[in-house]
Amino acid sequence: MNVLAVLEQRDGALRKVSHEVLAAARRLADASGGSVHALVLAGGDVTGLDQLGRFGADVVKVATHDAFTLGSPDGAATVAAAQSGYGAVVLAATAQGRDLAPRIAARLGAPVATDVTDLAADGGKVVVTRPVYAGRALQKATLGGAVAVISVRPNTFAPVESGKAGTREDVVVPAFTPRVTVKAIKKPEAAKLDVSEASVVVSGGRGLKEPQHFALLEELASAFGNAAVGASRAVVDAGWRDHGEQVGQTGKTVSPQLYIAVGISGAIQHLAGMRTAKTIVAINRDKDAPIFKVADYGVVGDLFEILPRLTEEVKKLKAGA
Amino acid sequence: MKIAVCLKRVPDTTSKIVIAADRASIDEAGLKFIPNPYDEFALEAAIALKEKAGAGETVVIALGGDTVQETLRQGLAMGIDRAVHLQSAGSADALEVAKVLAAELKDGGYDLILFGKMAVDDYNHAAGPMVAELLELPCVTAAVKLEVANGALEAEREVEGGVEVLAASLPAVVTCDKGLNNPRLPALKGIMAAKKKPLEVKPVTLGAAQFSVTGLELPAERQAGRIVGEGPEAVAELVKLLRNEAKVI
Ligand SMILES: Cc1cc2nc3c(=O)[nH]c(=O)nc-3n(C[C@H](O)[C@H](O)[C@H](O)COP(=O)(O)OP(=O)(O)OC[C@H]3O[C@@H](n4cnc5c(N)ncnc54)[C@H](O)[C@@H]3O)c2cc1C
Ligand SMILES: Nc1ncnc2c1ncn2[C@@H]1O[C@H](COP(=O)(O)O)[C@@H](O)[C@H]1O
Repeated sequence: MNVLAVLEQRDGALRKVSHEVLAAARRLADASGGSVHALVLAGGDVTGLDQLGRFGADVVKVATHDAFTLGSPDGAATVAAAQSGYGAVVLAATAQGRDLAPRIAARLGAPVATDVTDLAADGGKVVVTRPVYAGRALQKATLGGAVAVISVRPNTFAPVESGKAGTREDVVVPAFTPRVTVKAIKKPEAAKLDVSEASVVVSGGRGLKEPQHFALLEELASAFGNAAVGASRAVVDAGWRDHGEQVGQTGKTVSPQLYIAVGISGAIQHLAGMRTAKTIVAINRDKDAPIFKVADYGVVGDLFEILPRLTEEVKKLKAGA
Repeated sequence: MKIAVCLKRVPDTTSKIVIAADRASIDEAGLKFIPNPYDEFALEAAIALKEKAGAGETVVIALGGDTVQETLRQGLAMGIDRAVHLQSAGSADALEVAKVLAAELKDGGYDLILFGKMAVDDYNHAAGPMVAELLELPCVTAAVKLEVANGALEAEREVEGGVEVLAASLPAVVTCDKGLNNPRLPALKGIMAAKKKPLEVKPVTLGAAQFSVTGLELPAERQAGRIVGEGPEAVAELVKLLRNEAKVI
């Protein structure tokens, strides 16, 4: 089957998750000798388009419209639904992708599978695996119909270099009614990586004692370079950290390569958001804390002694690497 | 202001999941059910907006078997005016659910139709935007801020690395995220009043699902790993393991 991969850009730069979406799309297309067409919606020039062939796009379709500078849910749904000849549409399960996938599915009369963590093509049908019940169960499902819409969870499909042509085509943006308009995107003063996208997440909990101690985690995160700071609900509810950083059942679900839980006890609702991380490290002074039951590596002790040392070691390693 | 809230009944999020004999659904025996937590933000928003407007009507709508009536009463106890039970025996996929909800909402004369961001059981994030598309209404998903004035709304939602500010005119669909408000707890008076509030039952027929669940299993338990050591002395060893064994640095 041919697959349409709807990619995301912000401020003219493709988001990291784009290569993951291509990897997922490639898997469906390759099962039947089909091709992958990437779709990029933008207000102007986008950097990184020339890399999309390398990461699996046979064709790169570019839709340019003023409304796509800040984004237009209605415009994006219109353009995506107007592309025909695809057996599947793949997006990222990000804020944008979760908004867009059901809109496209409703327009196409197609089934939708959100937050997919594994997928395959089976006799022309898309078969998916996805976490349900807050990660406490895994659902397997088959998507019937002529086209299936799928959003894939960030950090679960590794980018694959497959050396395709990546031929650019400009697509016509059909007339659409912007029922909602994006007036602005407010950004924090310092651009930071989102916990759901970072490959390393260092999260802190009540064990940090005071909000200003999160500086210790910020330092560790910047030593890694590709890391984001996360938080338990206890510290978000206390107003120490923004809700956007909360990991868990009522926060974000993250699947980074490395998750470091610092001063977090490991309540079931917290585990719901991070149990699919590749490697989990726990730092806690209570050797019986439940977080150690899911951690690959644990260090028992006072985080105020351990964190500075860890930051130092990571810096050393990065300097040598 | 006439406001509708779509409310789903879901298993309590702290309850233990047991896979049923069909290996495709959960065993509901002994499970506690609650209103979907994100829908509580929608209920609160509806009640508060009507209070602020000083006039109007709030309606809570649930699709499902007869057990959803208990959940609807919980919405009424919070302060919603009346309830509609879209009665169906079986289940369906996101699109078929959206079609039935859209059919009920279409000629209801609603200024605002509120949903939860997602149902914590199926994790679809789909019914709200799908209903909006079917009814050709503006839709904001995962709102953490919502203001309504002069026939229009302004909302904010969290996106990766920022907050989007959106505007739309009414009627509109909004799905609600944590952070939008603090849902009120039903007072005893509200619980008593809820028993007398109107609850209309309307039988509906769901179309055939294109999304078919073929299996449900428990995730592989994460093996407890090892304690590398105690205190800062263990850090060097930890970093070595992360580098050479886990290969994540
Ligand atoms: C419906 C519902 C939804 C929820 N959703 C979420 C969610 O999305 N995310 C979430 O995180 N929680 C969620 N919770 C809350 C969850 O149940 C826990 O209350 C919360 O995760 C606890 O946060 P914590 O681990 O930071 O705090 P605590 O449980 O208080 O743990 C603090 C830990 O720090 C350790 N510690 C203290 N001092 C030190 C030190 N000096 N050095 C090292 N270690 C130290 C302690 O040993 C302890 O283990 C939810 C709860 C409910 C009921
Ligand atoms: N059976 C249902 N009855 C009423 N509302 C529902 C139903 N299923 C889903 N919804 C609404 O749609 C939202 C998103 O659900 P979902 O698409 O299943 O994640 C929920 O938060 C509810 O507001």
